[in-house]
Amino acid sequence: MKEKVKEKVGDLLESGQIKGFLGLSNKYGHVGPHLFCSRDELESLVVGDRNRPGDTRYSLNRQLINIHRRYPDDVFGVLVRGCDERGLRTLFTWNQLNPDKVVTVGIACPKELAEECECLEPFPQEFVGGEKGEGCSSGSVAGIDDLDLHGRFDYWMEAFSRCIKCYGCRDVCPMCFCNECSLEDDGLIDPGEIPPEIPIFHLTRAVHMVGRCIDCGLCSEACPADIPLRTLYKKVADIVDDEFKYRPGYTEEKSPLNILR
Amino acid sequence: MEYKTVLTTCTHCGCGCSFYLEVLDGDVIGTIPCKTSPVNEGKLCIKGWNVHQFIQSDKRLKRPLLRKDGVLTEVSWDEAMDFTASRLREIKETSGSDSLAFFTSAKVTNEENYLLQKFARAAVGTNSVDHCARL
Repeated sequence: MKEKVKEKVGDLLESGQIKGFLGLSNKYGHVGPHLFCSRDELESLVVGDRNRPGDTRYSLNRQLINIHRRYPDDVFGVLVRGCDERGLRTLFTWNQLNPDKVVTVGIACPKELAEECECLEPFPQEFVGGEKGEGCSSGSVAGIDDLDLHGRFDYWMEAFSRCIKCYGCRDVCPMCFCNECSLEDDGLIDPGEIPPEIPIFHLTRAVHMVGRCIDCGLCSEACPADIPLRTLYKKVADIVDDEFKYRPGYTEEKSPLNILR
Repeated sequence: MEYKTVLTTCTHCGCGCSFYLEVLDGDVIGTIPCKTSPVNEGKLCIKGWNVHQFIQSDKRLKRPLLRKDGVLTEVSWDEAMDFTASRLREIKETSGSDSLAFFTSAKVTNEENYLLQKFARAAVGTNSVDHCARL
């Protein structure tokens, strides 16, 4: 899979279709984001499967936004899995990236990762590596739905009580791009209070994930307290889908809750 | 354009979390926790997440300040060092070594921290040395 990605990226760079490719690189024994600008650099390119599939995924779309904001007229390539592509579609509708300035190189996720993520669509529309796998339903949401009201409340309050208010869930999120963050609004969240007031802190963020969260799961991976944030946002997405027939990233339509037309 | 991700270690405490600093055209614009670091495994505390902000902050102290008539005033390094050395000597002579304590920093090297404790113990004669990163 890695070689196919390298070949594709090398061609895109050499033909001048893209100015740089935002992917993952194995440098000094560690895997992290890297902007590849020539074919020679591609030796170190990896796709984020270090010890097991998808264990070194990063929020590449977030870094792409940073680059795009300074170089809005240049075209950049980016490595995408199914979730990243959903992210791009949604970011286009929110005018955070320009579809004319982004070229994707896709990879499909293996069954093992799709199951771990409980991903509904573990592949982008076009991909150069991997095989199109089956989507998986969410056992984690169903497990909590099976509890009674008190059980669910206790489950979430216990999880939220572990929060150290690092803001990592927001800071890693490829869909968090607001200039003013509700989690820093002193009317909602007391700025000096640690740990944060629960459940308001987490529910404020959950509400803001409506119409945005594309279920990449990077928030859960970044959480030092192992709060199952992904499960929470999966539930939020399910509610919005039931009520509005909309799930972020699966269509090119704007979120029905997006009033900024 | 130049976009780099520079792997480095957090300066805020002794844990030693790793992250990449995002550097765009020489400006440090973001922090990305390193997933392959065995220390932090892609996670950070709030201080680590915001570490890129202090590097180029306008509020960063770049020159020594000395309080003169109650007002912090910018002075030369020579003046600051002379003042500090003479006051330390004066306090040590009049009130004894244990009237002094030393507090060092996570944002300097191990060697510099070593040097300060050596200075406190050997030159001044007190064991009162501590460090902001003693979590």
